[in-house]
Amino acid sequence: MEQVITNKKAIYKSSNVDIEQIRETMYRRQKAVRFRRTALRLSANIVMALIILLPLLYAISVAFMPSSELFTTELNILPQNPTLENFKQALAKVPLLRFVGNSFLVAGLITVGQIISCSLAAFSFSFLDFKGKNILFMLVMATMMIPGEATIISNYLTVSSWGWLDSYQVLIVPYLTSAMGIFLFRQFYLSFPISLYESAKIDGCKNLRFIVQILIPLTKSAIGAMAVYTFINAWNMYMWPLLVTGSDTMRTVQIGIGMLDSVDSQSITLMIAGVVMIILPSLSIFIVGQKQLIKGMFSGAVKG
Amino acid sequence: MKSKVKKFSVEPYTYLIPSILIFSIFLFYPFFKTIYLSLYKTDKMGLPKKFVGLENYINLLTSKSFYNSLAVTLIFVAIVVVGSMVIGLAGAVLCNKAFPGIRIFSTAYALPMAIASSSAAMIFKIMLHPSVGILNKILGLNINWVADPKYALVCVALLTAWLNSGINFLYFSAGLSNIDETIYERASVDGASEFQKFTRLTLPGLSPIIFYTLVVDIIQAFQSFGQVKILTQGGPGESTNLIVYSIYRDAFFNFRFGSAAAQSVVLFIIIMALTLIMFKVEKKGVKY
Repeated sequence: MEQVITNKKAIYKSSNVDIEQIRETMYRRQKAVRFRRTALRLSANIVMALIILLPLLYAISVAFMPSSELFTTELNILPQNPTLENFKQALAKVPLLRFVGNSFLVAGLITVGQIISCSLAAFSFSFLDFKGKNILFMLVMATMMIPGEATIISNYLTVSSWGWLDSYQVLIVPYLTSAMGIFLFRQFYLSFPISLYESAKIDGCKNLRFIVQILIPLTKSAIGAMAVYTFINAWNMYMWPLLVTGSDTMRTVQIGIGMLDSVDSQSITLMIAGVVMIILPSLSIFIVGQKQLIKGMFSGAVKG
Repeated sequence: MKSKVKKFSVEPYTYLIPSILIFSIFLFYPFFKTIYLSLYKTDKMGLPKKFVGLENYINLLTSKSFYNSLAVTLIFVAIVVVGSMVIGLAGAVLCNKAFPGIRIFSTAYALPMAIASSSAAMIFKIMLHPSVGILNKILGLNINWVADPKYALVCVALLTAWLNSGINFLYFSAGLSNIDETIYERASVDGASEFQKFTRLTLPGLSPIIFYTLVVDIIQAFQSFGQVKILTQGGPGESTNLIVYSIYRDAFFNFRFGSAAAQSVVLFIIIMALTLIMFKVEKKGVKY
């Protein structure tokens, strides 16, 4: 470095043409270094992404493979004769569309329900003052400490005593609120200018109207994040639906897909085709909503 | 200051009704009921029949199976947490500077968080299949991964690490973007190597988020269920009988609801302790 600078000075004294040349070569060298770094980074990323995506890519490949191709000793990563037969047979063997419909209904209603109940509660916690507010808020936060698995036995006994087993409401109602959602919305509302709320009040705006017409439209990013997160989690629910549903008409995708599992070993490709079909909805929602999710998750957390 | 509503009003409470109602019925009530059940012997329908005091707990603490379950869970959690953090961190470091295609790669690294444990378990089941699975084909081995007590737990743990790595990637990416770029430039001027920059600057800068992620990961790993149910059913032997699976098996196969409830209470105590640690550290300030 030092040397270059002294050289530079010397050259500067001698002629103006040389310095242009040196600048040129240095610029080119820098560009080459940068190019090499980018190439290195890119190839490291390609290797890493291949490792991370391997299970998914493998599943997609097997889903298009005729069963006979899978059962060879050679390494066959890509199907030689891709076929849609597996998808057709999977759909014929189990009522997969019904399961998908059930899951959409359950996950959709849970998502809408959580957004409503959480934004109402968060509104109360951040804009209104009332007796016992802090205790109630702490109580809500304390629910995060109770793992769902620790209450699942009692919950099962409760819903079965109500005769709720194998119904839609048993899949939906227990999940209609979440402490995390209340916390997330509250974080957003706390950064909301209180003067806007006060002036709306002075203009005679009722609280409920304020929530629907002002608060919700202005906190779209939090709602978006919450919607993506809740929907994916509800779509992927496993333990609770496993316990409380029994019939084909009520099964959700994650449980229903298990029916393809135990049929026979020749139907591996069939089962994977089913898995690929049920992963697609949650995956596409994630890819579409990813930006929203990250923005909502972290801007809320940072402001807190 | 917030606007004060001076006179008593029921309105604030009405907004809380939906949430509090759900929490009361499906969280607080079953929570206390679980503690209550853990003090009873129950019949096959789960009805408490005979008060036995702490007998369920004493039975647990003297049973080899319970200690096995705890030990297996601890090993499992350790592998999952280390694995998912290493994968997440590697992805975040690879993506912390702009380069062509960064959007695609960061989506790829976050992707596992959108996949259900049950779906992932089914894919891994085929990947680990002794005769047609890709793993044996690539390695040229003939190991029955999930039926061998030596490998089963590691397989389930690595699957879970993969599943949990997506959200860790997001946490670490957010953490990295909070580190001031100029400290790297200054370090470069001082002649620090890339490795030194990583250990001396990146890791300390990330330490608050690493701690937070660690606790969240541990709690999440404790609650794993779907992958065990599908891949190993707790076996072979009891080598993958994680505590949540053990609760499930005791309650819904052996109909020993009292014992399962006692295990649930133990699980709750573990999770509560971890959550309290997290809150305490967060309060101290996840700041730089």
